[in-house]
This record gives sequence, structure tokens and C-alpha cells, in this order.
Amino acid sequence: MLDDFLLRSLVGGMAIAAAAGPLGAFVVWRRMAFLGEALANAALLGVVLGVLLRVSTLPVVVLVVVLLALVLTALERRRILPVDTLLAILSHGALATGLVLLAFLDRFRVDLMSYLFGDILAVSTGDLTLILAVLAGVTLSLGTFWRSFLAITVDAEIAAVEGVPVDRCRLLLTLLLAAVIAVGMKLVGILLVVSLLIVPAAAARRLAASPAQMALLAAIAGMICVVGGLLLSLRLDLPAGPAIVVVAVALFATAQLVPARGSR
Amino acid sequence: MASLAPSTPLVAAHGIVLRRAGRLVLDQVDVTVARGEIVTLIGPNGAGKSTLVRVVLGLVQPDTGTVVRAPGVRVGYVPQHFAVDPVLPLSVHGFLRLAGPHDRRRLADALARVGLDDLLDRPMHVLSGGELHRVALARALLREPDLLVLDEPVAGVDVAGQVELYELIARVRDDSGAGILLVSHDLHLVMARTDRVVCIAGHVCCSGHPVEVARDPAFARLFGHRLADALALYRHDLAHHQHVHGHAAPPEATTASTVGGA
Repeated sequence: MLDDFLLRSLVGGMAIAAAAGPLGAFVVWRRMAFLGEALANAALLGVVLGVLLRVSTLPVVVLVVVLLALVLTALERRRILPVDTLLAILSHGALATGLVLLAFLDRFRVDLMSYLFGDILAVSTGDLTLILAVLAGVTLSLGTFWRSFLAITVDAEIAAVEGVPVDRCRLLLTLLLAAVIAVGMKLVGILLVVSLLIVPAAAARRLAASPAQMALLAAIAGMICVVGGLLLSLRLDLPAGPAIVVVAVALFATAQLVPARGSR
Repeated sequence: MASLAPSTPLVAAHGIVLRRAGRLVLDQVDVTVARGEIVTLIGPNGAGKSTLVRVVLGLVQPDTGTVVRAPGVRVGYVPQHFAVDPVLPLSVHGFLRLAGPHDRRRLADALARVGLDDLLDRPMHVLSGGELHRVALARALLREPDLLVLDEPVAGVDVAGQVELYELIARVRDDSGAGILLVSHDLHLVMARTDRVVCIAGHVCCSGHPVEVARDPAFARLFGHRLADALALYRHDLAHHQHVHGHAAPPEATTASTVGGA
């Protein structure tokens, strides 16, 4: 019953959710939701650039997103302006530039639409390979640097004194985030990709008694949302990306009914 | 660091100059901490105490000046402001384990040492300010530091707790021979437990043994005569303490106090 394309969508979607869950937990803990938005806007710029230059979009997207992350890190260190202000400037700057460049395109092309709103059913074998590679990278990094990542999240200065390479850990977390956003937008689109990071993690908070539990539960919650959203989309002929996010928000709302753990 | 001679400074900062937004925050500041020594930084708000601590820790790069740390020195640090967000489901147990993979028993012992019992499974975000500080101190102690740095360790702690905390700090020094760098406002308690006071107001205005510093005119200018008088009273306490602890400090020292270029 499962067609090839459906299987690819399912595996790809669940793999992205599995990577986005734990990383999303760090986004929530470190209050980096705005960074996610900025990176997603940069992804739009990357897509438009890719289409304009007639090259494969995904590498351009990754390049632009990573570039924005590096610029932000550099600006943040100089402490000229508060981080949220810097983020707003970079985020809207990237969005506006993307939209301006869009005017140079003859027609609002279909593949661009698929990046804005996601097209999980169009996941190719190449996409799937990339998604699995990102999942492997995220899993490996989190497994190796879990304690350091957690230490800089709790208190960066204590971590630095204890010998954690704080700047390098921050950069790695941002790069992982950029990678997940770049491949995640294929699933739910640029407009909704950040929700894939944040909503499952936020839903998991209610049920988690430790950071590791919250990361793991976020991954599971994300995978449930992907499966649920895909089924919903097939049954009712809904756009898959938004359906996944709607399921995630419903899951979050349900989780709020559970009495909170870890706050005795 | 058994290889270090007792007199070798664990950390030595020399000629530290730091500007922030055009303002001179630290001006030619020197501070050293030797093994087994308790050094206290005092000074009014905005004097640059916390900034100096962060320079000593290597968290902030000074514009000029050097910070030399003896090789292999392990540092424990308890910052002044510190809180865990409720969105992070972190227990005290999980927080302490960030210092290293210790077993539960060892973590419980570390908590007991700072006077906190039965707190291991409590979420970090429900702790009071005083409890948080002590938990952070427990984490610092778990590292068995050669140098322990505490920024306002008694903020949010009641007076009885403060006395306990200073006794604990002195005990850590006595037991492990660690050097300790403290930042504090409350001079009374600090002074009783301190080997050397460095009084800063951007620059080092005076430094030396608490008794000497209390008599220093620069100290009276900075903190007012009322406090200087109050500390004169405390000298009797210190004379009394001497018999107990045998710290080498002339109670009636009239020799020149160490005065920086105030």
C-alpha cells in the first residue's frame, strides 16, 4: 500500500523530526526561537538566490543560512546592540532582500512555492540522503557534546571556567540548527519550519523530568506529529506541512492538561 | 598542585586596564592569590569588582595588563547572578553532574558540605537565591579547585547563614589549601575570615591585612568614617581570633599600611 514516494516522505519526515526535537529543546532552553526565524528567513534568500543563479538550491540555502549565523555570532561578540535587535535586523534584512530578488524572477515558480509551504510528498532520494546525514550529524554531535551543550545553556561563564570551549559549542549548535532548518523547510516550508523545532520541545516540557528526557520526548513527539500530519493530509487532502504543524500544536495543547513534572 | 611552592601565586593579574564604552572600569589594577590565601575584593557598587574577577578568570580580556595562571590550576567559580530557567527541567542532581560524572553519594556529600540536605532531586528553578548560590558552591567544590572564586557569596543569605558560609570557606582553605578570591560588600564578616583585603574603586585604593586597611585614610574616604570606626571595633574580635587560629597578624600594627596610588 505504501508507495515509494510515501515511504520516502514518511522516513524523511520522521528523520527531520528526530533531529529537530532534541535541537529544538536547546532552542527553547536557550531562547533562540528568534534565531530560528532569522535562519529560516535567510533560507528564503538562499532559495531565491539558487533559483536566480540556476544552481541547486539546497547548497545555496545552507551557505546563506550558515553565513547569517556567522555574521550574527560576530556582531553579538561586539556587543553593539542587544541580540534580539540584531536578530530582527538580520532576519528582516534577509527576508526583504529575498523578496526584492524575487522580483527579478519572471514568474513565481512552482518550486519556490514548495519551499515556502513545504512539499513533503516531493522528497527525492537525494533529499532523503541529505536528511539522514543531518540526522546523523545532529545525533553524533549531541551525543558527544551533550554535557558541554547543557553546561553552556545553564551558565556559560561557569562552563567557561570549567574548561568548556563555549564559543565553539555555541557555533556548533547554531550550525546544527541551520542544517535542520535548511532540510526541514523541505517538509513544512520556510514559514513553518521553526515550529517543527519549538512545538514538540515545548510539548515535551510538561512530561519531562530531566533535560535528556525532554530532548528524547521532543523527538518522539515530533515523529508522532509527522505521521499524524501525513495521515491527516492524505485522508482529507490537506497540505501536508501545515497539517503536521496543526497536529503538533494540538499535541502541545493536550500536553498542557498533564500536571507538570519537575516543578514540585 | 603539590609541585607549587606555597608562595607561588595561583593567579597573578598585573596592570589590568579595561575600558567599557569609553569609561575606565579598571585602572592599573594588580591582584594576586596564593595557595592557602583568602583574598577579598571590596569596594563600592560599580567599582569594577566583578569585572576584575572575570578578568582574573579569563572570561574578559583586559585592554592592557597580564593575567598569569600557574600551570594546571583548577578553578571553581560561583558567579554573583545565576538562575535556571523553569523551561529547563534540571534537578540539583543534574546540575551538579555538569561538573563531572560523580555518583549520587558524592553529590549528596557535596551538598551536605554546603549545608543543604535532601535537595538532590529538587528542580533548580524552585530554589531560593541563597540555595542556588550554595548549590553552585557545591558544584565548584566537586571540582576540588586549587583556586576558588566567589562573587558575592552571601548575597541573599541571612546572617546566621553568612557566618556558616564564611566558616565553610575558611574550612575549604584549611582542608585543601586552595587559594580563595572573594568579592564582598559586607565587610564585617568578610574581614574576620580574610588574610588580605584589596579595596578597589576602579583602581586599587588600598590593600593589605584587614586591620591595616581599616585604618587606611583611603578606606575611610571610600566607605565613610562610620564604617572605619565600626571596623576598629572589630579589631578586638580579630585579636581574640588570633589565639584561636594563630593567624600571623599584628593586632596593633602601626607600621605603614600598603597604600596604592590613591
